[in-house]
Amino acid sequence: MASNPAPKISARNVTKVYETASGHMTAVDDFTLDVAEGEFLAIVGPSGCGKSTFLRMLAGLEDVSSGQLTIRPGTDPKTPLNSVVFQEYAIFPWKTVIQNVAFGLQMRGVSERERLDVAQGWLDRVGLAKFADHYPHQISGGMKQRVSIVRALANDPEVLLMDEPLGALDAQTRVVLQEELLRIWEETRKTVVYITHSLEEAVLLGDRVVLMSAQPGRILEVYDIDIPRPRSIETMNLPAFALYRGAIWDRLSAEVTRAMEMQQ
Amino acid sequence: MTPVQQDRRAVLGFLLAIVGLHGALTLSGQWHDWAWPAIAVSFIVLVLICERIGRHVPLRARKIYERTLALGFPALVLAVWEMAGAMELISPVWFPPPSAIGRALWDVTVTYDRFSETSLLGRPWLIPQEFRAGGLAGVGVLLSESHVLATIGRVFAGFLLGAIPGILLGVVMGINQTVRLMLDTTLAAIYVLPKIAIFPVVMLMFADPFGEGPKIVVVALAVFVLMTINTMTGVRTIEPVYLMAGRNYGAGPLQMLRHVILPGALPVIFAGLRIALGTAMIVIISVEFLRAKQGVGFMTYYYWEVLIPEKMYAGLVVVMILGVTLTGLLHWLQRRLMPWKR
Repeated sequence: MASNPAPKISARNVTKVYETASGHMTAVDDFTLDVAEGEFLAIVGPSGCGKSTFLRMLAGLEDVSSGQLTIRPGTDPKTPLNSVVFQEYAIFPWKTVIQNVAFGLQMRGVSERERLDVAQGWLDRVGLAKFADHYPHQISGGMKQRVSIVRALANDPEVLLMDEPLGALDAQTRVVLQEELLRIWEETRKTVVYITHSLEEAVLLGDRVVLMSAQPGRILEVYDIDIPRPRSIETMNLPAFALYRGAIWDRLSAEVTRAMEMQQ
Repeated sequence: MTPVQQDRRAVLGFLLAIVGLHGALTLSGQWHDWAWPAIAVSFIVLVLICERIGRHVPLRARKIYERTLALGFPALVLAVWEMAGAMELISPVWFPPPSAIGRALWDVTVTYDRFSETSLLGRPWLIPQEFRAGGLAGVGVLLSESHVLATIGRVFAGFLLGAIPGILLGVVMGINQTVRLMLDTTLAAIYVLPKIAIFPVVMLMFADPFGEGPKIVVVALAVFVLMTINTMTGVRTIEPVYLMAGRNYGAGPLQMLRHVILPGALPVIFAGLRIALGTAMIVIISVEFLRAKQGVGFMTYYYWEVLIPEKMYAGLVVVMILGVTLTGLLHWLQRRLMPWKR
């Protein structure tokens, strides 16, 4: 993967500084990283390490203070560069499930017939076909996040950006959706940047795991996860999985302790 | 003893207590002096009785039980009111009995007041006759004598004239910080001003101060200020993540307005519309008290001037019916425009 000469995402000394009443606050500091086409990159770190800020900059929802952050466009100029799956789902309560999934296509001017076809196809793939005409308040949290994920996939972006998408779900739903994510990703092979605070999730899903430090958010370490695919929940029982988890946890726990001490 | 038996006994006891209380007072010739305390106690005991019964209502009859309480109690109050009037416990000048109010309501509905040249509904039963004689214009003349239509017309016109610009300005103020900072203080100041106080100023601005113009404009102003503030709040309280999602999925400014901002603010906008409707009713009735030759407010005030209390009450009933109907209309509109809310 790293052998691909032109990275899909290129971050060069990306820094984000917020002006606050008490002075400057550096959320992301000197972040340099390449993401290859078709790579699943997971970013973990203690809360407040600036991982979500980095994602929002990547999504163009926040400005970069200094440095360069680019997503290489694909061959089709109409394809959107990125689509975000938000932690709070952010599917519109005033639109039905299928209207939500078709939203990106609608904004791009795709005809109603075609966009509903595409949306229906994605709903079929995640078992939500029956709920196409339901409103979000009528479905469960896990279903809402599925809708949010296929809304991004239906938009067919160059890069999929996921901001702790499973963070608000209960443990069982989380496991089910992790499996589903693995399955869908292994079918589509999109370039993904996946933010999570769960180490297991990062190792399970990611080709590489980036470990970040807190305040300022810096890259501490990058781990290549050399566990063959297809992966599933069973992957978590492999000795290799435990080794990665242990190695990353040693670094992370020190970082979490430091972050907690700084907050006091 | 089972709980059912216990409660059955209790209900029986309570009933006997009420009958006993009133019976004892009547026999000793003191009922008239103690009527109000006795009635108050009876109502309290009635609550206790209904509580006992309510415990044993089966689930499938629950709806009927609740309806009976919700409609039966007001009916009971009307009956007591009627009885209190008949027994001269209350003065019919202040509280004319419901039957008299009902008759007055019928009376103002069917009669044409020659002095003020008005009627309540515009005598719709004459419509066929007038249509034959004068065509649509004839019907128009007939309906233009109606108090209810005059009031509804003013409320509608004022509501539309105030709500639409109010919502538009509210959206702009919600999105644009500069406009918000420039206007917020002024609006907050106007908001606390009782809108009826603007009425003289508005009359000053019109060539015909006693015409429809000032009445409609003062309603519109009241609605406008309320809707601006509410819509602004609605827009400002949209979850930022929806705005981010809209932007991220490629919505342009107009698409953001249509797909994210307006639907996102709609619950607060509708809450505002309901408050605005209440305010519009207050304003229009006050204005009609002050300066009108027609309208439900005028009618109510007119019967004060000629001292026919049951017709004043009839006016109030009409205002209530109007308010309930308009609120129902707003609810209907809300269900149509916001199908995602249960």
